[in-house]
Amino acid sequence: MTDLAQPLPAAGFQIRPRRLSPEASRARTRSRYAAEQRFKLVGLLAVLTSLGLLALLLSTVVLQGYSAFVQTQIRLPVALNAAELDPDGRRDPAALAKADYAAVLNDALYRLFPEVTERRAKRALRGLLSTGAAIQLRQAVLAEPGLIGTTAELWLLASDDIDQLFKGFVDRSSAQADRRVTDAELGWVATLEQTGRIETTFNKWLFTNGDSREPELAGVWGAIVGSFYMMLVTLCLAVPLGVGAALYLEEFAPKNNRWVDLIEVNINNLAAVPSIVFGLLGLAIYLQLFGLPRSAPLVGGLTLALMTLPIIVVATRAALRAVPPSIRQAALGIGASKIQMVTDHVLPLAMPGILTGTIIGMAHALGETAPLLMIGMVAFIMNVPAGPLDPATVLPVQIYLWADSPERAFTERTAAAIMILLGFLLLMNLFAVILRQRLQTKW
Amino acid sequence: MLMAAILLLSALVMYVLGWRKALAASGGRTATLHSKPRYHAWYAALLCAGPALALWLGWQLFGTPVLRWLVGAQLGEAYAQMAPAMQSFFFDDVARLAAGLPSNGEPTELMRLAAALWARFEGLGRIAFMVGAASLAVAGGLLAYGRIAPAFRARNQVETWVTYGLLLTAAVSILTTAGIVFSVLFESLRFFSMVPISEFLFGLSWSPQTALRADQVGSSGAFGAVPLFAGTLLITAIALLVAGPLGLLAAIYLSEYAPPSFRAVAKPMLEVLAGIPTVVYGFFAALTVAPFIRGVGESVGLAVSSESALAAGLVMGIMIIPFVSSLSDDALAAVPQSLRDASYGLGATRAETVRQVIVPAALPGIIAGFLLAISRAIGETMIVVMAAGLAANLTANPLEAVTTVTVQIVTLLVGDQEFDSAKTLAAFALGLLLFVATLMLNVLALHVMRTYREKYD
Repeated sequence: MTDLAQPLPAAGFQIRPRRLSPEASRARTRSRYAAEQRFKLVGLLAVLTSLGLLALLLSTVVLQGYSAFVQTQIRLPVALNAAELDPDGRRDPAALAKADYAAVLNDALYRLFPEVTERRAKRALRGLLSTGAAIQLRQAVLAEPGLIGTTAELWLLASDDIDQLFKGFVDRSSAQADRRVTDAELGWVATLEQTGRIETTFNKWLFTNGDSREPELAGVWGAIVGSFYMMLVTLCLAVPLGVGAALYLEEFAPKNNRWVDLIEVNINNLAAVPSIVFGLLGLAIYLQLFGLPRSAPLVGGLTLALMTLPIIVVATRAALRAVPPSIRQAALGIGASKIQMVTDHVLPLAMPGILTGTIIGMAHALGETAPLLMIGMVAFIMNVPAGPLDPATVLPVQIYLWADSPERAFTERTAAAIMILLGFLLLMNLFAVILRQRLQTKW
Repeated sequence: MLMAAILLLSALVMYVLGWRKALAASGGRTATLHSKPRYHAWYAALLCAGPALALWLGWQLFGTPVLRWLVGAQLGEAYAQMAPAMQSFFFDDVARLAAGLPSNGEPTELMRLAAALWARFEGLGRIAFMVGAASLAVAGGLLAYGRIAPAFRARNQVETWVTYGLLLTAAVSILTTAGIVFSVLFESLRFFSMVPISEFLFGLSWSPQTALRADQVGSSGAFGAVPLFAGTLLITAIALLVAGPLGLLAAIYLSEYAPPSFRAVAKPMLEVLAGIPTVVYGFFAALTVAPFIRGVGESVGLAVSSESALAAGLVMGIMIIPFVSSLSDDALAAVPQSLRDASYGLGATRAETVRQVIVPAALPGIIAGFLLAISRAIGETMIVVMAAGLAANLTANPLEAVTTVTVQIVTLLVGDQEFDSAKTLAAFALGLLLFVATLMLNVLALHVMRTYREKYD
């Protein structure tokens, strides 16, 4: 701030310098610097808030889901009466498979709690075990027929309410009407606990079972297999089409051609179309026009391939553009044709970038849910699909379906399935990052 | 599938034969050939299997629709009066019946007739296709084999084929767009023949639950989509209120203030938010944020719906933070250093430079980023399906439940549908609107970028 006495003449505008006392000037500088600090702090806060929200999201999922990786089991002394299970005494697997194992389990429970005599209480007692426990028992007997005639100590699946109680998610102090377990059940579980007959083990069923109405029997294996088939279809379709389109646009397309421009605009617009619109396309074209089966991973893959196509095209074009022109000129100079230049020189050099883009596109497709709802992949399917034409569900849709179920045991499994899905995505992205760092050439 | 395998196998055979003939023709000195043997081999394989495989693909894709059309034409009135979606289900049953698989329920007379026709036409079609494919393969193979000679320009031929193949893959994107427009437009037009377009666009009441029988009460259903637009805009606005300031300030901090080491960690972490599947955000919104907001609201005496717009909007805001921040970051980074230096040279602090020089210079890019984020939020489905309501309330209160366009598309098309009702067609009309709206937002964003971007070079 100089003491410029006269306004500048002739410039067409006037600068009127303000005279500030040294104190006022210093105060102003201080306040400007304070504003600077505030602004910087606000920016930092914005970054930290965003990251904090990410941390909140992830920790919520982990906190809700970690307990689904263990499952409560009850050890029962099961009297495997030969007359009851195998009346012919031939140990014929077909006959053994048909025996009434639920009744055997019920008897075992009644013997363990002889004080329960009233009919309704007995029914509640039977509810300690999952309906899957009978299947477990059948498998155990079929695997080892020698057990028949003995009293075997077997670990069997507890029902979901008992599972939640034992994991500590039921408020024991609340009134009986407010919780899903009765006082009687609390007493039985306490007895089991004292006698060491109840404990939690690793929940392998979560990884090996298909979907189920019973939370303790529901697993993600069916969804993982469905996702696998769907991704296979997507990969086989989206990669050749995407790379081909990118090659054409980058290397072969005539410049300043109206049709080429149209294709470019099209691809950019497709990248911004909401995913649910692709679902409408799948419903109208694949299902109704072509008559392909509903709920099939094939149709899901076809739909998602169209959705991932723009991602792969954009990534491939970037990778092709990163290959320096000197490579192309050198190839052409020693007499290669244009196709030979592309297939023998440009494409191999662009491969890391193409692979990275493909993996990122695939990760995108793996997490997609909305278009799959449109083509009927929300059906309740217990069986693990055996091929891309079988009805199936996929991981994100499984998450959506479980999130809708009211039982707390399903909420826990939803979060666990999310952790599994995020695990897959993390692996894919890590792989992409490593690939990029390892293979990328600096020109 | 078997046919395709046979064709691929014959292509392999032709490849080997072509190679051998080219070698034989060269008399052991391949330099006398115009093209290397492998190009002759490729030429033979392509000419043998290429047209036949194209025919196979056409049969796979269009066999079913053509058969349906043929059989449908023979069935007469009873079939012609069915709605297209109903026809599709009818033919699912017919195909199963014709193949001898167990069908859903007892087949009707019409179905038996159709199944008999179906079996006949399918058999005929299959034979025609097989004869056609086989003759194409044989003719192509013979032609190619005959042409192989030292002077034959096999490489040029193959390369022409490959170039056309690449052009075809590039054209798939146009086919996709055409497919989208075709699928939503036709059903929408049928919908607008039932419900006037003005009522759809400006009607204030939305209750698509048409009754099963025409004489039931409330059988008409109301298709005024304004409450859906209002709900979508409310949730989008909340999302933008969260993501706008957070994303922009984060981008400013990261590009102008943050030390490189912090930036190298924080920027990819922010991008993680964009990589999380939307169904995860939906779970978070429905099971954590919504109950939390409800609890807070009740503790201060406010009535909060358990499916409040606020919960869905907040979580959607978190989702679009990285869109805003990375696009703003790009825009800020594109502002030349000379502008910053000039501003510092005048004695401005960093904050003053950012506010008065850099952000105004980057404004077109920032606005374009916001527009793309809005388009993303409008089309987002899973968060609102899981956390927003189903009832179409026309309200601006973020604590109430509202519904959105995408939620309605999903509810109208998932689960038990009554086909031929305006209800299912309405979903396609909403889809058309969504497609047009997002397209316009993108075009607008591009336009803003192009028109208002300052040129500094």
